[in-house]
Amino acid sequence: MMTNPTGRVTQGQFSFLPDLSDAEITAQIEYGLKKGYAWSVEYTDDPHPRNTYWEMYGMPMFDLADAAGVLQEMNACRKTFPQHYIRLMAFDSTRGIESIAMCFIVNRPAVEPGFGLVRQEAEGRTMRYTVHSYATDRPEAERYAP
Amino acid sequence: MNTPVDAGLVRQATEIQDKKARYSAGVLKYRQMGYWDADYVPKDTDTICLFRITPQEGVDPVEAAAAVAGESSTATWTVVWTDRLTACDSYRAKAYKVEPVPGRPGEFFAWVAYDIILFEEGSIANMTASLIGNVFSFKPLKAARLEDIRIPVAYVKTFKGPPTGLVVERERLDKFGRPLLGATTKPKLGLSGRNYGRVIYEGLKGGLDFMKDDENINSQPFMHWRDRFLYVMDGVNKASAATGEVKGSYLNVTAGTMEAIYERAEFAKSLGSVVIMIDLIVGWPCIQSLGEWCRRNDMILHLHRAGHGTYTRQKNHGVSFRVIAKWLRLAGVDHMHTGTAVGKLEGDPMTVQGYYNVCRDSYTKQDLPRGLFFDQDWCDMKKVMPVASGGIHAGQMHQLLHLFGDDVILQFGGGTIGHPAGIQAGGVANRVALEAMVKARNEGKDIVNEGPDILRQAARFCTPLKQALDTWGEISFNYTSTDTSDFAATPAVSN
Repeated sequence: MMTNPTGRVTQGQFSFLPDLSDAEITAQIEYGLKKGYAWSVEYTDDPHPRNTYWEMYGMPMFDLADAAGVLQEMNACRKTFPQHYIRLMAFDSTRGIESIAMCFIVNRPAVEPGFGLVRQEAEGRTMRYTVHSYATDRPEAERYAP
Repeated sequence: MNTPVDAGLVRQATEIQDKKARYSAGVLKYRQMGYWDADYVPKDTDTICLFRITPQEGVDPVEAAAAVAGESSTATWTVVWTDRLTACDSYRAKAYKVEPVPGRPGEFFAWVAYDIILFEEGSIANMTASLIGNVFSFKPLKAARLEDIRIPVAYVKTFKGPPTGLVVERERLDKFGRPLLGATTKPKLGLSGRNYGRVIYEGLKGGLDFMKDDENINSQPFMHWRDRFLYVMDGVNKASAATGEVKGSYLNVTAGTMEAIYERAEFAKSLGSVVIMIDLIVGWPCIQSLGEWCRRNDMILHLHRAGHGTYTRQKNHGVSFRVIAKWLRLAGVDHMHTGTAVGKLEGDPMTVQGYYNVCRDSYTKQDLPRGLFFDQDWCDMKKVMPVASGGIHAGQMHQLLHLFGDDVILQFGGGTIGHPAGIQAGGVANRVALEAMVKARNEGKDIVNEGPDILRQAARFCTPLKQALDTWGEISFNYTSTDTSDFAATPAVSN
């Protein structure tokens, strides 16, 4: 159980809002497509803030211009990994940007165990900090078993 | 744009061609010495400055413009024969155009071009020593202001620019598609390190991405800098664990000496901070050195523009902030304060948007209503994240997002810490307001007009936002700006 005001991992563009419906997600996908972005679906069972590389659910959909197709991929991923974190990401290939332009979470485990802060006392009053993902106390793929 | 001041005057105002007459001892007019050339066509490698000048009574504007060119390059008040030992024409800046400022009697715009040989590569200090050195104290001018500058590509490429840049900053922070949120810790002065860290923790856990030291928090008797850094980083890491997000707090490393500044930066790094901060008043070499240090140490560099109002605010004298912003991007900072337009500090919305463009454009186009007189090619230099800070609150979210877009840090200091239900609630209010507004904009809603309604709807599921709107919803700072574009009121001029 996480103790921040939302009670959950707050990464992404919309974690402070009520979960987006499929219709609301479609509107966001369409916004990105209009801007020329390529959408991609990624999932993980370790949402550590510095776990950069979530698993790719297929390749980025560079040539897909239809929001329904992106939504279909997302729902297939939800079906395969109902207890994982899943995010939608949009890539902008414009020169000088060439990075992620949108990113939001569309699926979460039923219970989000969150993270602990491990403090290691070092010289003087210095501390070394480690953010520890409780989920990783269990092996991969068994982390959010009901 | 406009017609030249006086065609007759311009024709007479040429350099004396006979070398013997030109270099006889004595005093000549600047325009006779070669600092005025109405036919000059600036080279691609020239730096071009646009000055706003107010000549003293009886001083003609062309002579005043030539004097500005002279005093900001090679001239002294009298003829010197030693000029003839040099390729002196290269070193003379050339004033080549003068126009009256629309609607401002007695003021003139003067265009001056500088050869690339005049400036040391990679040194803002050297460039500023010429361009804003002696010339601003020159007696024949009542006032002078450097309005804008075109820096040639060849000179731009002698600078490394921002150590991180806004694109890589977002990748490091794992935050995309929305403005970042920050808050300046208040009260500015007097909190102990331990109390200070409390504010950091609460703000970040509530939903902000960054907290910030204020410009005048260094190492005063009430809080030693090491104490501040230690407690702040405990708050940052604890909030990161509580939310699963990367968080940061700008640790102000400004100090009395460069050695002390480096010592503080090293300590910030050893504690795992993602960002440090410096004040503009430390000066250009210090900013450039710290930019280099940040590049070596994977650090984001936040710049607070403390002191700029002393020379940027008055329209007739000083240096426009758009010029300072261009120099800062070259010098190498990742964040810079650029104004809010709607908050408590000076800033006309169009003029402020001009500063944002300077920070974020790949190629800045001439845009007179926004005060941008020149095209500026940034040749792929990294982009600076602009920071809007000072008297803004959640109730203005639609205006802020509309004015500035996604690539900006919105800093709500009082608007977070002064929340009636506490600092975390203040963070929640701001984050919910932001996410609701971004979502609505992406859905195609007209946020400028529907903004207040979008906020009220979000407040139905978010009590902290309702409390924030009830407390500050009506607060605005509607004062007339002193620094406005001369072209906004008469758009025809720009065509």
